[in-house]
Amino acid sequence: MEHSRSLGEPILSMDEISLSFGGVNALSNVSLHVREHEILAIIGPNGAGKSSLLNVINGVYHPSKGTVTFKGATRAQMRPHEAASQGIARTFQNIALFKGMTVLDNIMTGRTLKMRAGFFWQCIYVGKARNEEIEHRHKVEEIIDFLQIQSIRKTPVGRLPYGLQKRVELGRALAAEPDLLLLDEPMAGMNIEEKEDMSRFVLDVNDEFGTTIVLIEHDMGVVMDLSDRVIVLDYGRKIGDGTPDEIRSNQDVIDAYLGVTH
Amino acid sequence: MGPFIEVLIAGLMAGVLYSLVALGFVLIFKASGVFNFAQGAMVLFAALSFVRLMEFLQNTFAPILLSLAITIVIMIVLALLVERLVLRPLVNQPPISLFMATLGIAYFLDGLGQSIWGSDIYTLDVGIPKEPLLLFESVFEDGILVSSEDLVAALVAGVLVAGLAVFFQRTRIGRALRAVADDHQAAQSVGIPLNYIWVIVWTVAGLVALVAGIIWGSKLGVQFSLSLIALKALPVLILGGFESVLGAIIGGLIIGAGEKLSETYLGPLIGGGIEYWFAYVLALAFLLFRPQGLFGEVHIDRV
Amino acid sequence: MFYREAGQFKSSYAADQAAFPIAQDRIFIGIWLLIGFVAIPLLSNEYLFRAIFIPFLILALAALGLNLLVGYCGQVSLGTGAFMAVGAYAAYNFWIRIPGLNPLIAFVLAGGVATLVGIVFGIPSLRIKGFYLAVATLAAQFFMDWMFARVGWFTNYTPSGSIAVPPISVFGFEFDSPVRRYMLCLTILVLFAIVAKNIVRGRIGRGWMATRDMDVAAEIIGIRPMYAKLSAFAVSSFFIGVAGALWGFVHLGSWEPLAFDINRSFSILFMVIIGGLGSILGAFLGAAFITVLPLFLNQLPIWLGIEISTAMISHIEFMIFGALIVFFLAVEPLGLARLWQIAKEKLRLWPFPY
Repeated sequence: MEHSRSLGEPILSMDEISLSFGGVNALSNVSLHVREHEILAIIGPNGAGKSSLLNVINGVYHPSKGTVTFKGATRAQMRPHEAASQGIARTFQNIALFKGMTVLDNIMTGRTLKMRAGFFWQCIYVGKARNEEIEHRHKVEEIIDFLQIQSIRKTPVGRLPYGLQKRVELGRALAAEPDLLLLDEPMAGMNIEEKEDMSRFVLDVNDEFGTTIVLIEHDMGVVMDLSDRVIVLDYGRKIGDGTPDEIRSNQDVIDAYLGVTH
Repeated sequence: MGPFIEVLIAGLMAGVLYSLVALGFVLIFKASGVFNFAQGAMVLFAALSFVRLMEFLQNTFAPILLSLAITIVIMIVLALLVERLVLRPLVNQPPISLFMATLGIAYFLDGLGQSIWGSDIYTLDVGIPKEPLLLFESVFEDGILVSSEDLVAALVAGVLVAGLAVFFQRTRIGRALRAVADDHQAAQSVGIPLNYIWVIVWTVAGLVALVAGIIWGSKLGVQFSLSLIALKALPVLILGGFESVLGAIIGGLIIGAGEKLSETYLGPLIGGGIEYWFAYVLALAFLLFRPQGLFGEVHIDRV
Repeated sequence: MFYREAGQFKSSYAADQAAFPIAQDRIFIGIWLLIGFVAIPLLSNEYLFRAIFIPFLILALAALGLNLLVGYCGQVSLGTGAFMAVGAYAAYNFWIRIPGLNPLIAFVLAGGVATLVGIVFGIPSLRIKGFYLAVATLAAQFFMDWMFARVGWFTNYTPSGSIAVPPISVFGFEFDSPVRRYMLCLTILVLFAIVAKNIVRGRIGRGWMATRDMDVAAEIIGIRPMYAKLSAFAVSSFFIGVAGALWGFVHLGSWEPLAFDINRSFSILFMVIIGGLGSILGAFLGAAFITVLPLFLNQLPIWLGIEISTAMISHIEFMIFGALIVFFLAVEPLGLARLWQIAKEKLRLWPFPY
């Protein structure tokens, strides 16, 4: 699955990041960079610190050491909603949708940061507030079309099967029109067909909107096909960084994670 | 110095009773995740049953022991009924629904207790000595006046807590209880009968309520206001953490002492009656610095 | 078949996002408005206004406010009575201290004061969750109870500590008869219900629900938890504050701090839970149920011809009330509003079972 795009300058750089929980080092001295328009995969055994890395990028965890530079601005700490307003969106390993709300409302929440109507206008729901709702509804419907979930838009997400929930969660992240999209195991627990659909969505997002994507995935077939570059973590340290082909032949990575193919 | 220590001790003794009520809350919350608002109603119900039974049985050979035994049976039956009629139909409901259900239980028990046993003030005498003791005359000028009733109460509470600690740490049922507290489904999957555990915890909470009811009742008379003690015990929970037995005890002592000291030294300055809310504000101020309470666990949000 | 959506095509997002996109719902609301504004004023008698309709309307307003906070934003509050008290006492103080002030403006200002107090007592919600927060809101309850009973300034130093107000008049129009008071309360309730509906279907409401369902995820897509929670406390307290002012001025006429004690808080929480968390209709259903139930229980022994003492009646009332709560939670934990939804689904399919 070759696709050629011009990869730009680094949009995100992490420098010497360390993170620990009560003496346990989740990440130690991890440095990496993500270039614009790139699909970067992070792989590694369970507990290697992959999710922690994403959590540092969008501000859920604050690193004990090191800096994160996103779109030229360097910072040691920030809150998740600040990350969101700078254009970082994500999905979660264990789906984190708003279970009591419909698919439509869930995806609409992704537009929150782009909505401006004041409190008063919302109370009376005329003028600005109403127009704004409708304008953003158009955008959300585009995403619903893109993900082919038209028929379930009024269904509460709690009732949906797992695969669809994952898709809705991707929709919510896309609604924010992020520059950087973090996907935490987007294909975990899916069957082959669902994986193919999801892979197609990821590639299309990357192609059509030019969104930079960082994803964590265990399915090596998917990782090798989708990604431009792969980073390997083990025990909180980076042990590999390169194109899929380079990673496949990296001895450290084979020892720690990939194993030997028979 | 003498008067200050007197007030402090009186406060600590009152705190012991708060601890007892808070303990009932904590036991149930730990084992079933239910915030049991009916704990106060249970105190009233147990104390009412006990005092009235004592009256009816006063001509038998051992009115205290007999009525104690019968009240214990009543509390066990109550636990069984609560499990069967409330907890079982509501299993897997959100915590708020269960909380509301316990409010329902509280209303029901208040009504039931008073319609069966009457709603007057009943004096309760189980033979706790009432004379105040004068201690440390050699250390302080006028000595320190301590109510012997309070001392007995503290002693009983201490024994009860120690007994519970042993029960939880050393017995098979205790281990099962702790497993259930950790994870309901996991505990069930290794064959711990959830319903049985709930009955046990509610029984234990009922017995703790009975002890608290007897002690408070013999101090103030058994009356409806016992039911409101529960409200006094809530700040203790914030302070000590909903899931910590030790927290309930220490929290109770802090709240009791703080309340009495503030009433004595701060009250006159701002109009009196502040013990009505002081505990809450104290607990709230504390929360802002330690949201998980004194001994609660810090939960790391995993996403 | 009675509740059929088929054939109702929406050709614009505006139509699909209307408050009641389905025609039958619009008709239903219309019928209720007719009953409320025309039928009841024509048919009802003074006793019904005093004992049922006026308290129902005001408590429904308070329940609506509490439901915004508990049902939509997921922040449990046990201090509703305190915020009602703030509304009532603030309205009283505006009214006596600013001569000639229009009472309706006093009510709005009172709502504003309740909003501020609500925000202050909502601050702990930024640090604590669930039952810790519920207990923290009790602090508001007990502190307010004490303050209005002990600090003379709030009651204008009336010796008894109770407050009495004459019937309110707006631009010379006296709200002195029950039917006029009823119309005033109904109008206010309808306006507030519209505002509530508008808020919960827009950005703010989605932010509340997102915070309720999963606050970490909400923050990650850019909903600031502080803003969501405090705005929920603010809006909710405004509703409850106005309800408190109405309760004092329009329903009671004279009151003591006891009118807003913790039992008031609980009864409004019951309304919200029994009616249905996160449902505007639920607030109305719950308020109706909790208002009518005690009257019904009171009358029951008379109808049955049983003679029991009033103390006994009140004990038994407690018991039945408690048992009913448990029963309701066990049968339909999502409340009366959910029952209504099930009924609608059945109507849609009728006469076929599936």
